[in-house]
Amino acid sequence: MTTTEPLLQVRNLKKYYPIRKGVIARTVGQVRAVDDVSFDVHPGETLGIVGESGCGKSTTGRAILRLETPTAGSVIFEGTDIATLSAGTMRRRRTDLQMVFQDPYSSLNPQIRIGDLLAEPLIAHHRLKRAAAQARAAEIIQVVGLPRLYLNRYPHELSGGQRQRVGIARALMLEPKLIVCDEPVSALDVSIQAQVLNLLKDLQGEFGLTYVFISHGLGAIKYISDRIVVMYLGKVMEVATTQEIFTAPRHPYTEILLDAYPEANPHLRDRPRIIVEGDVPSPAKPPAGCVFHTRCPSAQAICTTEIPRLSTDAHPVACHFPLLASKNGKVES
Amino acid sequence: MTTTPALLQVGNLKTEFRTDQGTVTAVDEVSFRLAAGETLCLVGESGSGKSVTALSIMGLLADNGRVAHGSILFEDQDLVTLPERQLRGIRGNSIAMIFQEPMTSLNPVLTIGDQLSETVILHLGLSRAQARERVIELLAKVGIPRPEEIVDDYPHRLSGGMRQRAMIAMALSCAPKLIIADEPTTALDVTIQAQILKLIRDLSAETGTAMILITHDLGVVAEMADRVAVMYAGQVVEEADVFTLFDEPKHPYTIALMRSVPHISTPAGDRLASISGSVPSLLQMPTGCRFHERCPHAMDRCRDDRPELLQLSGQNRHTVRCWLYDDAAQPGTTDAKVLA
Repeated sequence: MTTTEPLLQVRNLKKYYPIRKGVIARTVGQVRAVDDVSFDVHPGETLGIVGESGCGKSTTGRAILRLETPTAGSVIFEGTDIATLSAGTMRRRRTDLQMVFQDPYSSLNPQIRIGDLLAEPLIAHHRLKRAAAQARAAEIIQVVGLPRLYLNRYPHELSGGQRQRVGIARALMLEPKLIVCDEPVSALDVSIQAQVLNLLKDLQGEFGLTYVFISHGLGAIKYISDRIVVMYLGKVMEVATTQEIFTAPRHPYTEILLDAYPEANPHLRDRPRIIVEGDVPSPAKPPAGCVFHTRCPSAQAICTTEIPRLSTDAHPVACHFPLLASKNGKVES
Repeated sequence: MTTTPALLQVGNLKTEFRTDQGTVTAVDEVSFRLAAGETLCLVGESGSGKSVTALSIMGLLADNGRVAHGSILFEDQDLVTLPERQLRGIRGNSIAMIFQEPMTSLNPVLTIGDQLSETVILHLGLSRAQARERVIELLAKVGIPRPEEIVDDYPHRLSGGMRQRAMIAMALSCAPKLIIADEPTTALDVTIQAQILKLIRDLSAETGTAMILITHDLGVVAEMADRVAVMYAGQVVEEADVFTLFDEPKHPYTIALMRSVPHISTPAGDRLASISGSVPSLLQMPTGCRFHERCPHAMDRCRDDRPELLQLSGQNRHTVRCWLYDDAAQPGTTDAKVLA
């Protein structure tokens, strides 16, 4: 997998939002939603991005699709930096990159029938005739496990899980290479989450899709991802395979995130673990040095002044004092 | 265990709502009991009736809702028939409630101090100055830093986690015997959720307050519950102590729900089991067992006859609403069938 050329390379991506005040809306500060984020996505893999609210995971996903214009940095898709493409060129390129949103109810036009919702991107991007686009919609809706008669229904007539299937079907219409899934199961009931996660896995196998899967839910991230990026306050804390993240995390924040997860096993309720104090700082006023130092149990003087760089080894971590021993006692070389 | 007197005993509760499309039954034949100091988790998906059960106990149903049948005995008083005046004395005083989103349940134009004082002045008869002292004490107790400053802040100045701490302080202010917490950590980030769950656990151990904790998250159940009632489509389908429920779930819905949750401490690999279909609409409740359309073990009988909540023999207060266990629940048989 490491020998293949990455499908997507995110390099030093930054997205700052100005904070404006007063009648003339003077810029008084910046929210550093995404601050110097880099990672690769390889063809056919699922890269999970996990973190708590305000960590910049959604902004990163939106920047990959140019739904947000990056403040700095590059998003290289198949060798082309799409962060700097003109709007017209980007529009043509967008057929390769699609998105599945958290709440399909707010991302699907309530006044348009499912069939037309699905056909619309084909008509807009490929200038297909309506009938041809509709025929393709009838194929795709069955691929996502919905009966064809749903083509004539409106979004409000569907359950949450069914609407998310429509959201996925719409992303598939243009036969994209990469799909960014932004919290695709977070709004769904537990039993329906499993249906949608399994569908995403099946479709990946069938169409050779590459996913960037953004979620705050560690369970879903672990189930679907091959590799995981852990983010905190706009920064990448750690990048590793799913196996490494869950058995041998190197960043103290990753370990704390895993410890905080309520595992559905009452025999584990008294397991030894660290529950970190305090709140996530505001991205408008991120702490100096390492952004996690205000809550980190292993923080030292250097952490308050010097920003740790993401290491360049096989298991990149941005920490002055990365963890060495894995959770099950093995020491990494 | 069965001899401990119940603090709360809900019997055959049926709650209905009038809607444009007719009367819907949101909660049907719900029964459970809670001993002093015990934590009972009501777990279920949306539309399972868990929140309506809580609101029925609190007497806080919307205008179009009513308890149509059943009893809610709290310290031997039936809250269903109690006049509103007396109910108001119990609510906030002996029974307190914590909601999912503290921002919508805290008054945005009152300071934290003002709204917490209101309860202690009303229910405990303290003076303004005494109430302020008590509020600062409570804020410190729930882990709010600089309580003597926060007491004069407005809710929007606090983070989500801090607001939920303030809500917990408010619930604790009259030293209630029972706290009903409806998805108290669902809106919070996972590291903040861990803090709040630990706080709730420590406080209930310290004060001996009983708790009904409503959640959709089996992880929260596993961390918090003494006993668990699994709800589906307005009914309790299984009830047991937390270890029995997770180790030996009996109802096909409970089993399927547990298999559909991805774990993080076990190796990846197995495909998640999913439950086909979706939760039935309250307006079109299936006949017989309400889960039969989605159940892999459904028999003819399940389509026609409504199962009762059966006590499993040889099990300490483990009940299940499923025809598969019909003979197992009869006296004389020893073991319940174990589902593959």
